[in-house]
This record gives sequence, structure tokens and C-alpha cells, in this order.
Amino acid sequence: MIQPILSIENLHTHFLTDRGEVPAVDGVDLYINPGEVLGVVGESGCGKSVTSLSILKLVPSPPGRIVDGRILLKGRDIVPLKEKDMRKIRGDSVSMIFQEPMTSLNPLFTVGQQIMETVRLHRGRSRKEAREHAVGMLRKVGIPRPEAIIDEYPHQLSGGMRQRVMIAMSISCSPELLIADEPTTALDVTIQAQILELIRQLNEEQGTAVMLITHDLGVVAEMCHRVAVMYAGKVVEEGSVHDIFKNPLHPYTRGLIASVPRMDEAKERLYSIPGNVPILSTEMQGCRFAPRCPEVMELCMQSLPALTRQEEQHSCRCWLFDREQEDAV
Amino acid sequence: MSESLLEVKGLRKYYPLNKGFFSRERGSVKAVDDISFAVSKGETFGLVGESGCGKSTTGRALLRLIEPTAGEIWFEGQELTKLSAEDMRRQRREMQIVFQDPFSSLDPRYTVQRILEEPMIVHATCDARQRKAEVERLADVVGLSRAHLQRYPHQFSGGQRQRIGIARALALHPKLIIADEPVSALDVSIQSQVINLMQDLQREFGLTYIFIAHDLSVVKHICDRVAVMYLGRIVEITDKHKLYARPQHPYTQALLSAVPEPDPDIRKERIILQGEVPSPANAPVGCAFNTRCPRVMEQCRVIRPPLMETESGHFTACHLYDGEANTPLA
Repeated sequence: MIQPILSIENLHTHFLTDRGEVPAVDGVDLYINPGEVLGVVGESGCGKSVTSLSILKLVPSPPGRIVDGRILLKGRDIVPLKEKDMRKIRGDSVSMIFQEPMTSLNPLFTVGQQIMETVRLHRGRSRKEAREHAVGMLRKVGIPRPEAIIDEYPHQLSGGMRQRVMIAMSISCSPELLIADEPTTALDVTIQAQILELIRQLNEEQGTAVMLITHDLGVVAEMCHRVAVMYAGKVVEEGSVHDIFKNPLHPYTRGLIASVPRMDEAKERLYSIPGNVPILSTEMQGCRFAPRCPEVMELCMQSLPALTRQEEQHSCRCWLFDREQEDAV
Repeated sequence: MSESLLEVKGLRKYYPLNKGFFSRERGSVKAVDDISFAVSKGETFGLVGESGCGKSTTGRALLRLIEPTAGEIWFEGQELTKLSAEDMRRQRREMQIVFQDPFSSLDPRYTVQRILEEPMIVHATCDARQRKAEVERLADVVGLSRAHLQRYPHQFSGGQRQRIGIARALALHPKLIIADEPVSALDVSIQSQVINLMQDLQREFGLTYIFIAHDLSVVKHICDRVAVMYLGRIVEITDKHKLYARPQHPYTQALLSAVPEPDPDIRKERIILQGEVPSPANAPVGCAFNTRCPRVMEQCRVIRPPLMETESGHFTACHLYDGEANTPLA
């Protein structure tokens, strides 16, 4: 069996707020194999971004805190690591790109200085080597006139260009895993197509594994090999991209797919999931989706179903598909 | 086609560009550059395009929330750009707007009750008792409970806030609602609730919508006819079936091909456009799209193509369709 690059086991990340302790990530299990593109989908507040920030231990603390679970990077648990050791990992074997490239680039430094910092820190290159490397990276991500752009500041670039710079920066040390948190959400569709193409090339040509966090089911269908659907801090379904779109099991996944208007078919009326996302608390009982679920049963309100394997690669957290439970009943 | 509710002719909005402190005007940003279209009663007319194409400016200029630089806006036989400020204010009873961001378009100091009453107070349409009944009716119509009325905007989720924004727009029984990206800030499951609500309201009250959006799948679902904008100009207008099945303008073709579809079996032939949208302060001579067009020709860099009817009900501004038979749009 292949060893996953990353495997997350029973991760719990909580935030301390005025309303008490909020379990933003509430027992998440995930893995990513080398060269794989894993999509993590869900709506606002489902915990997908906090999961990704937890991997690099970038959750602001306080108020956030990883309270339980393991994050194994090539077999090594990074949860107990000190900040100093985490810094060696960030930007080197694992790097990350964010939704808003304006706020995640430093406005006081030129594009080149920011890319060079990574290689000088991790690879100990000289200033001259680092600069050549940075120009090469900018060229690779499709930035025209890289020799000139390298001395420009982030505000001089457009949104699409800034996202390319972010990508250049994040891949400058050839990471094995790239975490992309809504990388194209702030961009126009034609620019989104360019950036997705670039991420796909990285994955196919360099074998970089990608964890793609998004709310856009179109982007998932297009880019990912495997998909995890999150709801209220938990993974509710996980499977190959084909399983998720062609044979979705969990009522939430089915509702989500049916809610999306599509260009290739005409629907008289869109399906809509009634109600709103629950307010997270540590006192929640039962299935988190039960209050909005069209197929809710008595059991769902009382007890939380486990993520159980349905087929080779397809798992689902729902009492409807819990065979052992059926036997017991 | 039924009669037009709104007709726009040669609408322009230029922002002057000044250089230095005392210096004169040096050129202008052409946010909206000579666009014309008509919207029929009861239809949903889509305005789509990427950021900076002028779709929101157009929406606001129609209500004169932004003063147009030139052009005519005919609404039920009346020319709006000639109206005095006071007459225009009265005219807005018939034309309302719903904004994208339900977080910044509701006054945080007012209760929902007060927010929904406000338009009726401003236009003095009814007394206090009628207003109370009217507010309750509006709440029912958009699916808010009576208990919600005494709460403040920050106590609501994004989807509920958008319901409040829609209820407020309906308060004066308008004929036309301009919806500027009404569902873009919402999550997928909430987005479909709001889209369904808008369609129900349209049926119930015979509303006409101008639906401004960048999400082409949503536009296809809700609109009857669609205008595609690029750099302040309309490049194509037709009914949605023609537009999505047989887009003519190379920009529309690229735009449609760029939309990721939620189906892993669909492998689209993608037209990836090179480069980015030029600045509207420095739009290219000729066709605005000529710097990125995969089918650019010599004349595209010289002559701006007019919007022409290339087949029945299908208007495109592109030199590829400059046949003899085509007649320019009046």
C-alpha cells in the first residue's frame, strides 16, 4: 500500500469565543496520496479552511487550538512540533495558497524579494541564485516579462497575476503537497480557467499532490480525483469524484448537487435544502444535518452516525447507510 | 415580443481622469460606453460579464443612482434622464434595486420592521397602521417570521438578509427590480432558496427583473434574455437558448467554455484566453476584445464593430459576422 503524503486522524480544532467553545473541526479524518488532487468541499463554516490551516498549524492561537488528533506528514506527527520546526516544513515540503492574494502577499516587499525569501531560507541559495530561480518560477507560472515583474510590488499587479505570484512562491521549493484554499474564488471565470490549468499542470508534470478547498462543485468536478464533503466540522462523505457526482449517498451531498444550476440542462426549479447551517457547539447531539435532512429518522436526532465504508473508496456518515446499525435494529 | 417596459439608448458613463492638482481633464474611464437594449414586461433580462465590464454601473445608471454621461432611458414612455431629482425620486417607486452584499446594504441600527417601513415613509404611501400590516405581509411573502421583524440585521444569516433586501425592494410594489449580483455572496444551498424565491415573486407580482451577475449557470437558469458585456460595451444580446447553444461572439464563446461544470464526465473543449482585460481608461481602438481575441483580424484593430442582428433576435458586435445582409441595430 502507498503511504499517503498526509493523513489526518480524528482532528479536532476548537475556538474559544464569547459563546463558548466552538468545534470548528470536529473529528476529521482525511488522507492524500502522492500525486493526488483531493477536493474538500462544503459551505461557509463547515470547517474546510480551518482544517487546512491546522495542517500547517496556522490557526490563530488563541482563540484557536488543536485539541485532539494527529496530523501525519509522511508518517510523522506534526501536531506536537514546535513553531521553529513547523517553519522548516512550511513553504518547503508543504505550502499553501490562499483565496485573496492581495492580503497574503506583503505589500512592502517586491514580488522577487518574497519568492527569494523562501528559497534562501529553505535551500540556502545565494542572493544571485535565488533571483535567477525566482525569475524562472515566474516564467513557469506564465507571467510575461518576469525580469521586470520581479521588481514590482503586489499592488502593481492584477488579481490573476497576484495569484500566479502566490503560486510561484508556493512551488519555489518543489513542495510535495500544495494546499490551495479557494484559489480562484476571487477571480473572474476566464482568469480562473488559467489558474486551474496551471495547478493541473503542476500536478501532472511535477506530481505535486494538491488539497483543493472550494465551495464550487464545478471546480471540484473538473480538477479532483477524490472528494471529501464537509458539513458542520465533519466529513460526511468521501469518495472518488465519480462516486460523489454520479452516486452521491449522503442526503447533504445529494441536496448540494441538486441545488446547483447547470448550463447543460434546464431545470424548472432548483432543489433547495431548507433551513440554515447549524451554530456549532460542543453540546451538539446526533447527526449535524438532521434538522435539514429530508430523510431524517428518530435515530438521527439522538446519535451521531460514523463515517462507514460503503464501497472500496466510498464512505458516508449517515444512518441510512450504516449496515451494522440495520442489523442491530 | 410583448411591449418594452424599459428602453435604453446609447447609455454612457465616463469618469474624467485628472492628472495633477490644477491640470485639465486628461481622457476618461469609459465604464459604460454606448450601450442600447430593451427589456420587455415580465421578462428577466440578464447582464453578464467579468469584473469591470460595467454591468453594475449600468444597473445603477438606470436608476440614476449614478448620473449617466449621455444616453436615454425610457421607462413606460417617460425619459428618465430629463427628470428633475424630485421627479426621479418619485419614479423610483416603480424601479427598485437589490444589492449584492446584504451585509452593507441594510442599516445596522434599524430593526427589520423599520427597514421595511422606510420606503413607505419616504414615499408617504400609507399611514402607520397600514404600514404595520404591509410589513407583515412583506415578511410572509419572502418567508420571514413575525418574530424576525423586531431583530437587527446582524442577527441574520446572509440568506435571510438577502430576503430582507428583497422584501424592502418589494415594499412599494415596483414594476422593475434591478438585482445586482443578488446571490453571489451566498452559499450554494442558500443561493437556490433565494433564486426560487425571486422566481416565485416574479410570477406572483408580474415583476420584470434586470439580473446582473457573473455566474453564467445562474443566469442561464433565471434569465429569458441575456446581454454579454465586455469593457463597457455589449458584445452580444439574445435569448438564453441561442446564447448558450450557439454563442457567436468569440468572447462569449470563451466565457462559456471557461465555466467549470459540476459533472466529472464532461470534458469541455476549453478556449483559454490569453492575458487580461485591458484597463477601461485605455480601451483598445476598434473592437475592445481585439487584444485577447483568438480570431482577431486586421479591421478589428481599427473599426469598432456595431451591434448587428446576425440572425433573428440575435445581436452580435463582431466583424466576423459583418455580412451584407446584416442590419445595424438602430
